Amino acid sequence: MSDRGPVKSIVTPTHLEYEYTATGAQAEFLHQIGQGRLKGQRCGECGKVTCPPSGACARCGVPTSEWVDVSDRGTITTFCIVRVPSENIELKLPYCAANILLDGADVPFIALLQECETSEVRIGMRVQAVWRPREQWQPSFENIRWFKPSGEPDVPVEQLGDWV
Amino acid sequence: MSASPPAFSARHVVAYAYRRSVGPVLGRFFTELRDRRIVGNRTAAGRVLCPPMEHDPETGVATAPDFVPLGPGGVVTTWSWVSAPRAKHPCAHPFAWALIRLDGADTAILHVLDAGSESRVRSGMRVRPRWRAETRGEIQDIECFEPEERA
Amino acid sequence: MRDVAVLAFAQTPFKRRENTRSEVDMVMSVVREAVAASGIPRREIGFTCSGSSDYIAGQPFAFVGAVDALGAWPPISESHVEMDAAWALYEAWIKIQTGVCDAALCFGFGRASMGTLPETLTLQLEPYTLAPLGIDAIGMAALQARAWLEKTGRSERDLAEVAVRSRRDAKQNPFAQLRGDFEVAKLLAEPTLASPLRKHDCPPISDGAAAIVIAADDVARRAGPRPVWIRGIDHRIEPHHPGMRDLTLCPSAALAARKAGVDPARIDVAELHAPFTHQELILREALALPPRVQINPSGGPLAANPMMVAGLVRIGEAAEQIRAGRARRALAHATQGHCLQQNLVCWLEGE
Repeated sequence: MSDRGPVKSIVTPTHLEYEYTATGAQAEFLHQIGQGRLKGQRCGECGKVTCPPSGACARCGVPTSEWVDVSDRGTITTFCIVRVPSENIELKLPYCAANILLDGADVPFIALLQECETSEVRIGMRVQAVWRPREQWQPSFENIRWFKPSGEPDVPVEQLGDWV
Repeated sequence: MSASPPAFSARHVVAYAYRRSVGPVLGRFFTELRDRRIVGNRTAAGRVLCPPMEHDPETGVATAPDFVPLGPGGVVTTWSWVSAPRAKHPCAHPFAWALIRLDGADTAILHVLDAGSESRVRSGMRVRPRWRAETRGEIQDIECFEPEERA
Repeated sequence: MRDVAVLAFAQTPFKRRENTRSEVDMVMSVVREAVAASGIPRREIGFTCSGSSDYIAGQPFAFVGAVDALGAWPPISESHVEMDAAWALYEAWIKIQTGVCDAALCFGFGRASMGTLPETLTLQLEPYTLAPLGIDAIGMAALQARAWLEKTGRSERDLAEVAVRSRRDAKQNPFAQLRGDFEVAKLLAEPTLASPLRKHDCPPISDGAAAIVIAADDVARRAGPRPVWIRGIDHRIEPHHPGMRDLTLCPSAALAARKAGVDPARIDVAELHAPFTHQELILREALALPPRVQINPSGGPLAANPMMVAGLVRIGEAAEQIRAGRARRALAHATQGHCLQQNLVCWLEGE
């Protein structure tokens, strides 16, 4: 009998490769952001704008087709300060992940906030996208490195509508 | 907007390595494999299972606490020849998958049979394990099975 | 027991690669079509359940993204199974039986073309002694195929004939992917992938979605002219390890059929979720279907096998046979896991 002690665990590596194809609204969004433009879709029934769009209005359950411009500035509707490391995130801890409601959109999405002390982050804070250099642009959300405070006055919470 | 939406493809890899605790039953199975031995265990009705299990898969009743030495050789109960192995297959040259009922067991284990050619493989043939040079305590400590009979 | 009927069935044309529509687009189209055809107003759908697997396209929480297609506001009662959507229908049926709702929407979707499906399905195997060997879905099925051929004395020609018949029948099905006339001799001349199985013995990789609306009692009767009643439904599972089962039999399908109250002598047609040719022959025997029963007039999974959807499609296609007046009673079957480990059987009857 070996003196290595009884086996208590095994390591089971998994490695799966995919070739994911973005289609429809996803593809058009990527095409547009590849040229430095943020676009959303407006629902023909409720009028709400979703960015990035999925091709459907999540509230109404109808296909969306109307494209609208969306700003790369927005407002923080909620946020969290992350103090736990993660294997594939190379950020200094703590860092802030925030829900950002872009001007022109009605649904916030989550993004990284940088160039700001975590203690300063607040709901209603105005932020703007920090883009990669133009020559590095791809059809990818990664064209936006992160968001940073824009310096504009805060938006009062009451004005943030349904999303807070 | 663009005339027709472009299609974009991106390569995407899902990779992770879980460390799985094995418990006392599989733990013993893997510890024995590390020492180049194969064991099974017994159901309440006396059926010998390999790999050993905590409970009888047919009745759910806990298996007996002792382990039964098996093999090392056994009989192929069914098999399949792979003439063009995939990248993730355990063998780069043609091989067979096989269900093998080891001597002393009432169930068959699944493993690789390295027989050289499809014509050498048949149900009912006897095979024996070829052990890995450095064992680690996992099912791949058996590198594969090979025919007991010389070619 | 409440009487539950299939009111509507919608499916996308199944394709090797869906590169134009997203999962949300596909789900949107089948859900809208099925709900409209059901005669039940959207707001009266009391429960929605989907079947899908994130591993198929490698998108975590893909089933949450699909909820975008449902219009889940005000909030809806919704659930999901990481399984074929036939089991989503089973869960919906339970909700109706327990009085939680009177009408339910079930759907499934998947784009298996995004990944390497046979390898993805290795992950369905027990992770200690099976998955680490890297055996893929075709290898597993092949072990069963050989065991069955050796036990029964049947031949690879018998398997090829299942494939030829399926793809010929699929010519009548505008949603099927592999359709046409093939010759047994030519197919048998092809090399094996994992012997005894050749490419034609295996299902195609298919992208697509499907939806079914079911409803109970008078809600079903009021909704439209031709409810197709689910007279019985049940599912059973066998031990996981292939070395601990008799792979040549399918006792779980036989038991599910018995518990569902199937009388094979009264079944006119059957839609079986047999992704591999030999599995149709094993199931025919396990379900004791007489030779006169036509199997898979739709072409079955050998003509289109959208993962997580094909079982639900069998139920929909069986209902279609009855709705179209081609059968009075139909059996539908769905499977999960390797080598027919888990099986759902239901039987349907027209009004």
